[in-house]
Amino acid sequence: MPTTADGGAGLSALYQERILAHYRKPHHKGTVERATGVHTVKNPLCGDDVTVAVREVDGVVVDAAFTGTGCSITQASASMLMDLVRGKSPGEIDVLQRAFDAMLAGEGADHALGEMQALSGVAAFKARHKCARLPWQALHGALGNGGR
Amino acid sequence: MTTTAVDRRVGRAATKGLGDLRADFPLLAANPGLVYLDSAATSQKPRAVLDAIVRYYETANANPHRGAYKLSGAATDAYHGARATIARFLGAADADTLIFTRGTTEAINLLATAWGHSHVHRGDRIVVTRLEHHANFVTWQQMARAVGAEFRICELTEAGDLDLDQLRTLVTANTRVVAFGHVSNALGTVNDVAEIVKIAHAAGALAFCDGAQGAPHLRVGFDALGVDAYAFSGHKMLGPMGIGGVIVRRKLLEAMPPYQFGGDMIEFVFDGDSTWNTLPHKFEAGTPNVEGAVGLEAAVRYLDGLGMDAVRAHEVELSRYALQLLGDIEGLEIHGPATAEARSGVVSFTLGDIHPHDLSTMLDVDGVCVRAGHHCAQPLMRALKVSSTVRASFYVYNTLADIDALAASLRKAKERFGAHHG
Repeated sequence: MPTTADGGAGLSALYQERILAHYRKPHHKGTVERATGVHTVKNPLCGDDVTVAVREVDGVVVDAAFTGTGCSITQASASMLMDLVRGKSPGEIDVLQRAFDAMLAGEGADHALGEMQALSGVAAFKARHKCARLPWQALHGALGNGGR
Repeated sequence: MTTTAVDRRVGRAATKGLGDLRADFPLLAANPGLVYLDSAATSQKPRAVLDAIVRYYETANANPHRGAYKLSGAATDAYHGARATIARFLGAADADTLIFTRGTTEAINLLATAWGHSHVHRGDRIVVTRLEHHANFVTWQQMARAVGAEFRICELTEAGDLDLDQLRTLVTANTRVVAFGHVSNALGTVNDVAEIVKIAHAAGALAFCDGAQGAPHLRVGFDALGVDAYAFSGHKMLGPMGIGGVIVRRKLLEAMPPYQFGGDMIEFVFDGDSTWNTLPHKFEAGTPNVEGAVGLEAAVRYLDGLGMDAVRAHEVELSRYALQLLGDIEGLEIHGPATAEARSGVVSFTLGDIHPHDLSTMLDVDGVCVRAGHHCAQPLMRALKVSSTVRASFYVYNTLADIDALAASLRKAKERFGAHHG
């Protein structure tokens, strides 16, 4: 019998207060002035979408914000990600993304992910991995179309 | 197996009509905590269906129509015996007008390709409805684009039913077909087939019905319905995946070119051209899905044993109970028809500002399987102004206790999320 996760413990890990707090009051939801890159990614399964805008100066992300509609996991992931990437270079962001993917694969949470470690509970819910990754994909696109 | 917060094992309340059938369904019998409420996506299978498939391979397996030996004859008989049983179940007297396909999607593609491309021309009109599943929407949309025909959509009334007054104005003299669903997969709306057929035929158009959500739940009666084609999927009506079909009026089938080419569907093959076999073979190229056909035959025998009127009464009772229980949850908005009688066993809803994917994950942990998403009906979701909904859908093996479990799990989810009512 296939199951995604077991019992209320998994659910409490998935929907911990920190995640719900970001969902209810997301950080950096809006637009970026003089953005150097903007990218939208949609999840055709649920119709959710995330748009990430970034401003890069001298190879460092100095501003990042997101818009879009989605579930708590997508929204919280986007909100935390916008906090995380400020002051980071695209190279450093790539390293963080690999750490995030490893966390979803159940390989443990890297401290470098900061608050995003709260999303480690998503690992047990395969059907929701795409939700947590959606903002990363949008960010990746925004950095990619910034003319670097 | 998932842990369950709600004990459903005690006093599993059957409806008055059917009793508790879970013991007939091996997957459900092996998982007493599972609350399967996604039958509109696919149904569970009774033991009788699994047995029929095994029996076919153990006693009659050979390639039908090919060999002169007895075993091939047995396979041929099994295959066409299944066709006859299924045609009878769906109320079609002429069994050879039932063409087996992989399911409803392939059946609609068959109609759009074989009939559509030979009968619909530039300037003609095709009419579908806002309620359609993508299979009955995109297929006709693309066919219309390919030949330069107009593609028009019948909208919904304020109450959420098909706007038949608008349909009357949309179906003009140049309309070749009205393609519509018997029952909406997303909302459960049961459409007025007789009236739609009347509107189509009055303008000289054909009426093609997508019965994927109709055949499992309602007595069909193809000959009496008056539709020109009726498509269905086996896996939604207790049968295996990969088998379904379409019943089409004989005159249409005879006037249509083949859908696919290959073995079985030919009569004579010359170097420069070929001639076609008789019905139903003309539309069934290649080795057929015999195991699927005999599995589906066992499924319709099982449904016949229950009686489709009893199946319908059971689902109305479940829907009525669900509408009542879910309606009592503050912030829960139910989409689709107001009464249980106006819908099939489908209840589509949203709960406050909780995203449907979050809801379905929380229900899953309680062993409650529901669908969250756009239900392959994006044009409808746009009209409802939602990106997705949660859909609970019922079938013969569901009980009132399943609805209790759904409601209890929804209340827990609401508490966890502290849903804001928007």
